[in-house]
Amino acid sequence: MKKILTAVAMVAALAISGCGDSSDTSTPAAGASSASGVSGNLTVLAAASLTESFNKIGKDFETANPNVKVTFSYGGSSGLAQQITSGAPADVFASASPATMKTVTDAGDANGEATVFVKNQLVVAVTKGNPKGIRTLADLTEPGLKVALCAEQVPCGAAARKALAAANVKVTPVTLEQDVKAALSKVKLGEVDAALVYRTDAKAATADVDGIEFPESSGAINDYPIVTLKSAPNPSAAAAFVAYVQSGPALDVLVEAGFQKP
Amino acid sequence: MSLDAHLVVTHPGFSLDVELTAAPGEVVALLGPNGAGKTTALRSLAGLAALDDGHVTLDGVRLDDEPPENRRIGVVFQDYLLFPHLTALDNVAFGPRCRRVPRRQARDTAREWLERVGLAEHVRKKPRQLSGGQAQRVALARALAAEPKLLLLDEPLAALDARTRLDTRSALRGHLTSFPGATVLVTHDPLDALMLADRLVIIEDGRIVQSGDAATITAQPRTDYVARLVGLNLYRGRADGTTVLLPDGFSLITAVPQEGAVFVAFPPSAVSLFAARPEGSPRNTWPATVTSVARHGDALRIELTGPLAVAADVTPAAAVQLELEPGREVWATVKATEATAYPA
Amino acid sequence: MPPALAIPAIAGLVFLVLPLFGLLWRAPWSTLPERLTEPGILAALRLSLLTATLATAVSLVLGVPLAWLLARTEFPGRRFVRALVTVPLVLPPVVGGVALLLVFGRRGLLGGWLDATFGVSLPFTTAGVVAAEAFVAMPFLVISVEGALRGADARYEEAASTLGATRWTAFRRVTLPLIAPGVAAGAVLCWARALGEFGATITFAGNFPGRTQTMPLAVYLALEQDLDAAIVLSLVLLVVSIGILAALRDKWVAP
Repeated sequence: MKKILTAVAMVAALAISGCGDSSDTSTPAAGASSASGVSGNLTVLAAASLTESFNKIGKDFETANPNVKVTFSYGGSSGLAQQITSGAPADVFASASPATMKTVTDAGDANGEATVFVKNQLVVAVTKGNPKGIRTLADLTEPGLKVALCAEQVPCGAAARKALAAANVKVTPVTLEQDVKAALSKVKLGEVDAALVYRTDAKAATADVDGIEFPESSGAINDYPIVTLKSAPNPSAAAAFVAYVQSGPALDVLVEAGFQKP
Repeated sequence: MSLDAHLVVTHPGFSLDVELTAAPGEVVALLGPNGAGKTTALRSLAGLAALDDGHVTLDGVRLDDEPPENRRIGVVFQDYLLFPHLTALDNVAFGPRCRRVPRRQARDTAREWLERVGLAEHVRKKPRQLSGGQAQRVALARALAAEPKLLLLDEPLAALDARTRLDTRSALRGHLTSFPGATVLVTHDPLDALMLADRLVIIEDGRIVQSGDAATITAQPRTDYVARLVGLNLYRGRADGTTVLLPDGFSLITAVPQEGAVFVAFPPSAVSLFAARPEGSPRNTWPATVTSVARHGDALRIELTGPLAVAADVTPAAAVQLELEPGREVWATVKATEATAYPA
Repeated sequence: MPPALAIPAIAGLVFLVLPLFGLLWRAPWSTLPERLTEPGILAALRLSLLTATLATAVSLVLGVPLAWLLARTEFPGRRFVRALVTVPLVLPPVVGGVALLLVFGRRGLLGGWLDATFGVSLPFTTAGVVAAEAFVAMPFLVISVEGALRGADARYEEAASTLGATRWTAFRRVTLPLIAPGVAAGAVLCWARALGEFGATITFAGNFPGRTQTMPLAVYLALEQDLDAAIVLSLVLLVVSIGILAALRDKWVAP
């Protein structure tokens, strides 16, 4: 027991010192000026589904603005929104759902209205090679077929519900997952035969799953809004980043990942 | 119900190798100083410690590969180890219950045993509510109620105060007399051994150094430990008639002639001390220096060095008269008739 | 009381209790009655209590003998096995859930065989919740019981054996009653841990109301949309568990 306590204490100590290190990035790059005139640190809170695309876009943005250092914090949109309304210092918020974005703008924490910069839509993610031969949403009602959906409380669950209603299909899922990645990993692990996930998520996992498009998904398109925050420590860089995300090169990266232009 | 055992246990830095027999109804005391291997011997008999060699045979049946629960060897532990969560009655009924005796019958047996050890009114008590003497008797009843073929007692009286010890010892003696099987008793208290046992087996450093009945051992000790135990001065030497030559050159004169390697023993009370060399002296006289003075019963026990290291008992009056204190030089004498020589 | 002890002690107490006050302060007291009667709450609470109790039962049946093995027998690698037993304590529960899937899942090491042979499939079932909770909570019981066993005098077992008791009888009639307070304390700790279990459960058993959605899962999902609902659920879980623990403590764990 004593040994365990020691181990826990060590882990805690590491975690604390880790936090200390990351806060060091607030040191401003003094004396240098960039082509676009922005500099310093930029903190972006973004929906988890943007992880791969934004990492790439962030690098490109840093290349274009060598005096800016971008730090991303990815997570569930509603969790991030809660952090912002609780006063977390950040410059930009990119959400996977207009509803969660609304909680931020309604709270007066954003600069004006948010802009939709991409859309995402649902696909049926199935085991690689589609062994169960799933073609349509209606196929998900096959008896014995295990289906995972997202819980209604999270955006992908709300979208799935809308799509299923539009197709007039009643699916009995075995589980309502807490987010889209969890639903997808149930397919990857083979625990379920199919899950309704975002096209981008299915695309990022092409090694393990196939994404099957279905027409009703257009009835449940998810908008991704982005906004600069009122409490932004670096407003000029924030505005530059939001503009960059909506520019051609950034949109190419997003489309490559499976998003659709607004 | 006779025991025939050869116990060999080897640990780093210690080895036990003793042969032990006990006839039905016989009580054998295993006596020895701390660390001699008494408890190891007892544990290996009970099957609580593994034998490295030898055997344990009870009534002609080899038991050394049997686990303790199949040996039917009862043990009264030094601190009794009564189960604290069970009443005295259920402690005693534990053995019969393990032999699949129905609960009621086991409790009846237990009640009988508790009556026999005089605890009829304490059956419902938990061990922590019992006095030391009562706990000892419950432990004995518990061991006997399991109907063992061999009974082992590990320092059965060591945890008791002097007064309780006296009462319990005589009661224990009665129970051991009526027990039909063999009994092995481990103790470092010579009085327990002499009072309770028919035969003494003395072990030192894992080996038997002497065994026999109480009279032989008290009269003719064969090691310093036994001599101290029975309160005798003991020396080893070579006899030529009535003269015994000790290794350091000193000679003792004895009454009965012997030849070859012998022990010579005499009690401290046989040693007389004088301020000056006595006239018309006894055959054994030598100068000695007092090293310590201690109370010993009604007398004073004087330890002396000199050509012969010896313990002497004198009256307090004599001690005052002789001004005995450490460093005092005196003359010591022992009559030849008091010094007993016997073959080593 | 020396200040060197009193000050950190009080600070520690405040640190532990203050978040509780945070929940009480923020609780939607005016709408509490109607929120409490929402059907989902009762189903999740019932499932939580049921699965935590079953997980504790499983932990007792498997964990007490395991603790005995660790405390009372010598075998090569015993220290290593002991360390392995505590792995679920340091493993992030979500990883524990994935690990369980890799073993008991449809394509897991044993899962396929279990399904084919006995028709037993743990993921997405209430039994799966019990398995996930037991996996995470059993080490608490094992460590507690092992400590109790090490503290108990093994010579009582020897005394029992000289009276004719087999090791099993000695364990059942002597050792177990002697370590009962340690077992009770371990069981309570295990139950409490199982009740609060989230990560392994949602990963291994998924989330479905009435079947696998325990209170912590319901709280987490409520947080996505409705902070008030999450607080109400948390308070219900807190009140019920503190009530049960207090009752048990007075009855069994107190000396």
